[in-house]
Amino acid sequence: MNRNWKEYQKEIADDRYYYARSCIRQNFFPGSEKAFLDIMRNDLGRDCFDDPLHTSCTGIGYHADIVPLDTIMAVVARQFALMGEAGYENFISSCITSFGIYTEILATWEEFPETEERARENLYKATGRTLVKPKNLSHTSDVVFHHREAIAARARHRLVNVLTGEPLRVVEHIGCHYAKIFPKSGVGGSEFPYVLAGMIESWGGECVDYPERRHCCGFGFRNYLVQANRGYSVANTQKKMESMAPYKPDFIVANCPGCAMFLDKWQYTIAEMEGTTYGENGHGIPVLTYEEMAGLVLGYDPWALGMQMHQVDVEPLLDKMGIEYDPAAKYLGMNGKYIGQPASAIVNCGSQDTIYNIKQ
Amino acid sequence: MGKYFDMLMEDVRFREGLKSCMNCGICTGVCPAAEFYDYDPRQIVSIVQTRDEEQIERLLKSDTIWFCGECMSCRPRCPRGNTPGYVIQSLRTLSQKLGFFVESEKGRQQLAIKRTIGENILRTGYCIVPRLVAPALHPEQGPVWEWIYRNDREIYCQFNPTYDQPGPGAVRRIDEDTLQEMHRIFEVTGGRAFFDRIEECSERKAREMGYDGADERYFMDVFTRNSQDNDE
Repeated sequence: MNRNWKEYQKEIADDRYYYARSCIRQNFFPGSEKAFLDIMRNDLGRDCFDDPLHTSCTGIGYHADIVPLDTIMAVVARQFALMGEAGYENFISSCITSFGIYTEILATWEEFPETEERARENLYKATGRTLVKPKNLSHTSDVVFHHREAIAARARHRLVNVLTGEPLRVVEHIGCHYAKIFPKSGVGGSEFPYVLAGMIESWGGECVDYPERRHCCGFGFRNYLVQANRGYSVANTQKKMESMAPYKPDFIVANCPGCAMFLDKWQYTIAEMEGTTYGENGHGIPVLTYEEMAGLVLGYDPWALGMQMHQVDVEPLLDKMGIEYDPAAKYLGMNGKYIGQPASAIVNCGSQDTIYNIKQ
Repeated sequence: MGKYFDMLMEDVRFREGLKSCMNCGICTGVCPAAEFYDYDPRQIVSIVQTRDEEQIERLLKSDTIWFCGECMSCRPRCPRGNTPGYVIQSLRTLSQKLGFFVESEKGRQQLAIKRTIGENILRTGYCIVPRLVAPALHPEQGPVWEWIYRNDREIYCQFNPTYDQPGPGAVRRIDEDTLQEMHRIFEVTGGRAFFDRIEECSERKAREMGYDGADERYFMDVFTRNSQDNDE
């Protein structure tokens, strides 16, 4: 199995990255995007350019079929042009939907050169900018994977249960658009993606193999965006949760920000709708981004990583890893200001009152 | 070849997505939508492959083409190199160009997506911003999100002092010049015209259905209505 994974390696640039943010990640996990830049710059000494001029790739609109192909191609051409103007060649994307979009558009330009020509013309006509294609395109999880041993060398905590000495059992979830569209674009391909598994192994954990390991989280674009269709989305997360629960994972980690958000939030919904929970002691299974996982390994404070923004509490995992944290600081605002705290829910470790009747 | 098939062939995704289907059904076996809906991507590819104009038109007007979640799980599994997800994307684009999308309940939802995600892209430069995820429309986001929504500035500014302000960082405000570039890209590439087409067709259909046009009531109905009638 390991040999198969190693056959699907990809080239990942070592330094000088042009960083493209993710709509979903910066909305739901702003601490993760900050942690990525802090780890790269401060812990690993790498150059990451955070360009205020770039925009959404419009990928959610494209995959919800309201943004035409020519439009998204010109938007992507603009992102690449900005990279060139800033003097960079290595484009890295924080979002999996975007990463799939960038990969697919570069491949389409290769196979249908007339589409590249049209994108070039449209970009110039609309903005006066000139398309420059990246020398290297990677997802930010590829970049963390690339530096995983350097992170392991600086580790203050490992993915090990400090009480038992056993490796933590980790469910790794790979966003569909990481490698299902172009398997060669992802570390390990679409069948045996190794990008998160490699981090987990290097940092002392153990991957959980379970039947629905490669099933979609259920985002399904229009199936979540339109309220009438959300049954599709929650049903697919439920299928995954039911499949992984018997293996008693200590946490879930995802490389797609949407997947991390849905696997976290739908646990709340399922608990409120059906009373079903999948974690220990009747609570949820914590869901992390890989930046949060790397940040905890490096000794970052969990609230500085933004883990208070999760629906499912992460404290049971922090306790297992032997991480010290201030419970009273979890829900504070700027400069320690008290801003109230969220109501409790079944998936959480507090009392079980709820603020919504989701069945309505 | 027929007119609809010819129109589909103008889309590079269709040319890339349809090679030669042997009806093995692997795409359906792996499809998250097929598991949830009465839906079979194999049948869609099979119908399109026949080039039967009547059947393709029926498809373009049906709920069937709107079930797919575009996860693309079908793509790496097809032994013949087809991508049913690409075929779906090209059918959906054509359905909207021809105005057929308003003939199905799922198709009519395009208006809701255009008015939320689409307009947000042009207004902010992002597909999503925190204010778009209003707890009233997103109860599934739970109480922590409700707390974040209520205290957005206090929370986001801990990670980026320029939250909703000019400068780099998470959920920064995108500058006016950049937004103008986005608008011009939408104009030049037909993105704006595509949005307008969704509005025009929805307005016509709404009146036909007895609404006073594609107003807030029509929007909320297409956003929330689920008749569970999967038309297959």
